[in-house]
Amino acid sequence: MFAFILRRLAIAVPTLLLLIVLSFVLMHLAPGGPFTQERALPPQVLANLNAKYGLDDPLWRQIWNYVYGILVHFDFGPSFVYPDRTVNQLIADGFPVTLTYGTLSFLAAVLVGVTLGTLAAIRQNGWLDYLAVGISIGAQVLPNFVMAPLLVLALTLWLGWLPGGGWSFSDPSFWIMPVIALSTSYMASIARITRSSMLEVLGSNHIRTARAKGMPERRVILRHALRPAMLPVVSYLGPVFVSMITGSVVIDIYFSTGGIGKAFVDSALNRDYAVMMGVTILVGALTILFNLVVDILYAWIDPKIRY
Amino acid sequence: MSKLFTTTALLAALALPAQAVQPAEGETLADSQTYTYWLLDAIKSLDPAKNTDVEGSDVLRQLFEGLMNEDAAGAMIPGVAESHQESEDGLTHTFTLRDAKWSNGDPVTAQDFVFAWQRVVNPETASEYAWFLELMNIQNATQIIAGEMAPDQLGVRAVDDKTLEVKLTTRTPYFLKTLSHATTFPVPQKVVEQHGDAWTQPGNLVGNGAFMLESHNLGVDITMVKNPNYWDAENVVMETVRGVTVNDNNIGLTRYLAGELDRVQIPAGQYPRLSQEYPDQAISIPYSCSYAYVFNVSDKGPEALKDVRVRQALSLGLNRDIIVNQVLQGGQKPAYSWTHWAIEGFQAPDAEIATMTQEERNEKARALLTEAGYGPDNPLSLSLQYNTDENHKKLAIAAQQFWKPLGVNITLNNVEWKVHTDRMQNQDFDMARYAWCADYNEATTFLDWFRTDGYNSGKWSNAEYDKLMAESKTAEDTAPLYKRAEEILAEEVPAAFVYHYSKVDMINPAIKGLPTQNVTNAWYAKDLYRVAE
Repeated sequence: MFAFILRRLAIAVPTLLLLIVLSFVLMHLAPGGPFTQERALPPQVLANLNAKYGLDDPLWRQIWNYVYGILVHFDFGPSFVYPDRTVNQLIADGFPVTLTYGTLSFLAAVLVGVTLGTLAAIRQNGWLDYLAVGISIGAQVLPNFVMAPLLVLALTLWLGWLPGGGWSFSDPSFWIMPVIALSTSYMASIARITRSSMLEVLGSNHIRTARAKGMPERRVILRHALRPAMLPVVSYLGPVFVSMITGSVVIDIYFSTGGIGKAFVDSALNRDYAVMMGVTILVGALTILFNLVVDILYAWIDPKIRY
Repeated sequence: MSKLFTTTALLAALALPAQAVQPAEGETLADSQTYTYWLLDAIKSLDPAKNTDVEGSDVLRQLFEGLMNEDAAGAMIPGVAESHQESEDGLTHTFTLRDAKWSNGDPVTAQDFVFAWQRVVNPETASEYAWFLELMNIQNATQIIAGEMAPDQLGVRAVDDKTLEVKLTTRTPYFLKTLSHATTFPVPQKVVEQHGDAWTQPGNLVGNGAFMLESHNLGVDITMVKNPNYWDAENVVMETVRGVTVNDNNIGLTRYLAGELDRVQIPAGQYPRLSQEYPDQAISIPYSCSYAYVFNVSDKGPEALKDVRVRQALSLGLNRDIIVNQVLQGGQKPAYSWTHWAIEGFQAPDAEIATMTQEERNEKARALLTEAGYGPDNPLSLSLQYNTDENHKKLAIAAQQFWKPLGVNITLNNVEWKVHTDRMQNQDFDMARYAWCADYNEATTFLDWFRTDGYNSGKWSNAEYDKLMAESKTAEDTAPLYKRAEEILAEEVPAAFVYHYSKVDMINPAIKGLPTQNVTNAWYAKDLYRVAE
């Protein structure tokens, strides 16, 4: 197992490097640049800007300088569009916000989704099943960009219970709407995956054996069915967790949280190369990390899997 | 002596204090003097040399103060400058500064302006607005930006602590009007040198405006509080000003209605409904931006658009009344001139097109197209490019429909913003949507765009036009020159002007002092106060 983890981490380094080079090249292939704007800059001003940010160097040298800065100084460079801030600062400001509401949403989605899916499978074709399936289909077809404005309308304007947006680490009332809006559709998917996986497991031989032995149903479900039924859920959850804690552009836009989801999309549209690279590397590294975590969890859940 | 100078000189001679708006008699002030307003996006920079946004300028106007301010009607009034003198030849401007202080208590000196302006043109700063000092025609600005001269050669000098002397390369009628622009604000040398790029962060930032930066959460909110060291602090009523970012305009409106915001933009198309429901809150006021479809007449452009008759026909066929009254519905006005109608001192020429009915225009357009060799047998096909935005899309679809009966087939070409801009600047388009907002309240801010060496992405060029614009720089009376320039634009049609903007907002009636007559929409929180509801 230890050798497996080491091997995976060793592959992660060239993977990230490849990601950096590819993103860098693709980004520079896109028309326009960070300083392309409605009123074209005089050539000399543009030249000064390019010189300041090293954009007049050949591409290979820019990539080299960039990677060198990260490896030696852990410096992701200056933002081209937010000149008062560095990329390190932008990520340090935005990522904790996204991480907070992303993690909470993840927990909410998993708890509610798995419970709903399990209940539906146990009571297959009963009213509980129809209710659970109904809820999860409803949640799935209500995308968060529709739900977000509805939540603000209901909870802020009509009921006056919650602030309509913004962010505070000390006041949970700012967290509630983002968490509801972000977790709902994931919750629905988790419920559906859990349900079908659970149904499959419940029909398998070892469950029939457990029941035949007269084991109490509660124990059959919790001990023998739930664990194997979680395998497809866990492989779904790995990438979902990463995308929840890094890329919620809709949440950031509708609730003005200041998270990095919007910063990422903006950086692509603004050609803010350094910010875009910084967030790409963050998302890439987290994806690699959590894929590894999923693989380890796999081995733990299913004794048949050995690395 | 220009008219503008006379008024300023008069103001200065009388040494009128730049008075803050005061509550009228009978009004009761609210206990909490707070003003919370809507921001569409994050404030990108609080450095006057690096800011490029309208929303950033709004914040900077509270945190800093330039030589001049604008009053509620858009006229220039003294800011840090107490008085002003202009030499006979118009090339030297001398300002006497009042006893103003930075928020840390240091005096504001002429040297602070010299430092700030040199910093803007210094290639090391790489200011995106360095061109603004070229626009002001300050001596050597162009050479310094190009790296051919040292920044200390800029034509601006501190004669003593309270006297600032500015040398221009040419007489510049609009010079004083540029002095309320954020790029010209002073910055505190010590603080900038101490903190580097981080000098604008809360805790570091020192300004000379009526408000101080308290906190700034990027993309969430920015809070400013009253500056006790401001020279006119005793007349400032407002205590706290908060800008709140809400990226979605509709949610912004919901939050306004929930009482979280005191001002918000009205989402497109909702003005008629809101002005019925909230007649005391929905406003529509002129806003100095113009919207146009630019024709590419360069070598890379389509042959058809090089024919002036085709351009005239396209302009005629555009039913601006429908665009303004049915699509935008926010008090915008049809544009028959490039310069916004409400720009100070601007008299639009009597364009024939403005007085015709749409039927007459269409008829004339058809005749012109036939004359140019286009018609049912030889239909004209062109593309119209616009950047991703619901409103641009609606307008482009409308234009497509207006031009279709004239036998012009339009392909709509929707691209993202950077691609749009890049293609426009490389003349890689047939027709493209464009908008321009005034940098200062005078017609040249629009008209310079169409100079041969202007931004002019369609590459239209006209010798008489260039000559007029050059003459206008030194002319005593510029109005007839601007009028003639607009006549040329109306005849030559380098672009089809579509509409003149208005600012369509909801404003909490408890907030008093927000200007509704200033076409640049510059506002100062020092003039605001909140009455008890």
